[in-house]
Amino acid sequence: MFRNQYDTDVTTWSPAGRLFQVEYAMEAVKQGSAAIGLRSKTHVVLGCVNKANSELSSHQKKIFKVDDHIGVAIAGLTADGRVLSRYMRNECINYSFTYDSPLPVGRLVVQLADKAQVCTQRSWKRPYGVGLLVAGLDESGAHLYYNCPSGNYFEYQAFAIGSRSQAAKTYLERRFESFRDTTRDDLVKDALMAIRETLQGETLKSSVCTVAVVGVGEPFHVLDQGTVQQMIDAFEIVAEQEGPAAEPDVDSGQEASAEPEPEQGAAAGEGVAPMDI
Amino acid sequence: MKPFGKHSLLGASGEISDFQEILHYLDELILYDNMWDDGNSLGPKEVHNYLTRVMYNRRNKFNPLWNSLVLGGVKNGNKYLGTVSMIGVNFEDNHVATGFGNHLARPILRQEWHENLSFEDGVKLLEKCMHVLLYRDRSAVNKLQIAKITKEGVTIHQPYSLKTYWEVSAFENPAQGAIGSW
Repeated sequence: MFRNQYDTDVTTWSPAGRLFQVEYAMEAVKQGSAAIGLRSKTHVVLGCVNKANSELSSHQKKIFKVDDHIGVAIAGLTADGRVLSRYMRNECINYSFTYDSPLPVGRLVVQLADKAQVCTQRSWKRPYGVGLLVAGLDESGAHLYYNCPSGNYFEYQAFAIGSRSQAAKTYLERRFESFRDTTRDDLVKDALMAIRETLQGETLKSSVCTVAVVGVGEPFHVLDQGTVQQMIDAFEIVAEQEGPAAEPDVDSGQEASAEPEPEQGAAAGEGVAPMDI
Repeated sequence: MKPFGKHSLLGASGEISDFQEILHYLDELILYDNMWDDGNSLGPKEVHNYLTRVMYNRRNKFNPLWNSLVLGGVKNGNKYLGTVSMIGVNFEDNHVATGFGNHLARPILRQEWHENLSFEDGVKLLEKCMHVLLYRDRSAVNKLQIAKITKEGVTIHQPYSLKTYWEVSAFENPAQGAIGSW
């Protein structure tokens, strides 16, 4: 196919103006297991699906605490994600030491995006194969950002990445308007419901998912399995009474995600160059 | 004294050229902070910590900036007052001073400062401290300048002079009781 001629290294443009290596890196993100994030005015919740390779092994860590006020969920090459988390932790610590103040998440995200961009413009490097959902606080409240391997970043009210994330996105799109003013517990419940959408039929148990919360007055921490299972049980009972939730319908072609306030102008032509999403 | 950013003011004693150098660093710092163009800004606490790092690192290299800095500001309704010395000692308190002010002025302030001082009373208290210092420094001038920081911003008033009284009887004919060739 056409693609194969121009996809050898990241510093080669295709005639259509695309960098295929970067797009392939975004594919790697889509292949990873799902991660979702949602925020209210004061809290951000991150959730991810944890699949262990076999019964014998432990599952991969996909949610990292970066600082008391920032956490990140990753999808894609988890090794790349780990390295980027270490970078983020370093930046936060250095800032805290110099200014005795938490690094505003908006600034960290820009630094991360600039780091990713470098890898799209050096022939001896490759793009990071991981998408990051960065949840954090700064002076203006709670924020959720998505960092792409392309070096783009966007701010979201709610978002999902990874395999079968479209189901979660559809659920979030339906509900995102209520997130701004919702309580912290309802936000966690919504996160669990969104995770359930990506499981597509499998039972939602605390052993297959991880949930983390950060908020005003609440440092970033991962909820323990017991708490998560309790919350699942609480709303599963309610769900049984109300009947099954609406089926996730997959919108063909459209990758429109809930983004009422994109930080960076997302390109209007979504179909042409996927990296601009 | 110089205001910087939206919320703060920096005053220094000591080597003025080093102070000017510090102002240069601060200008750059504030510029980069503004260039982010997001809702976040460096407040007095952050700048105080930054200056502490600068002063301490220079001291470690045996090349100090020969200043004692006083930094005050109001951000989001929170008041902040701190100091950094040339060796990097830093702390915040309700009243701070540099040099001899620590020995002569702070005891007065400890007695007479309280949370609810009005601006006018505050100025009177400071003038009292400055009087005490002025009388005991052979190279001081009786001019002083007041700066005020509130959540509305920083105002630096014009310099003005303090009245002094030197007609004390003990100063008349100082050699009266002296014996010898002095």
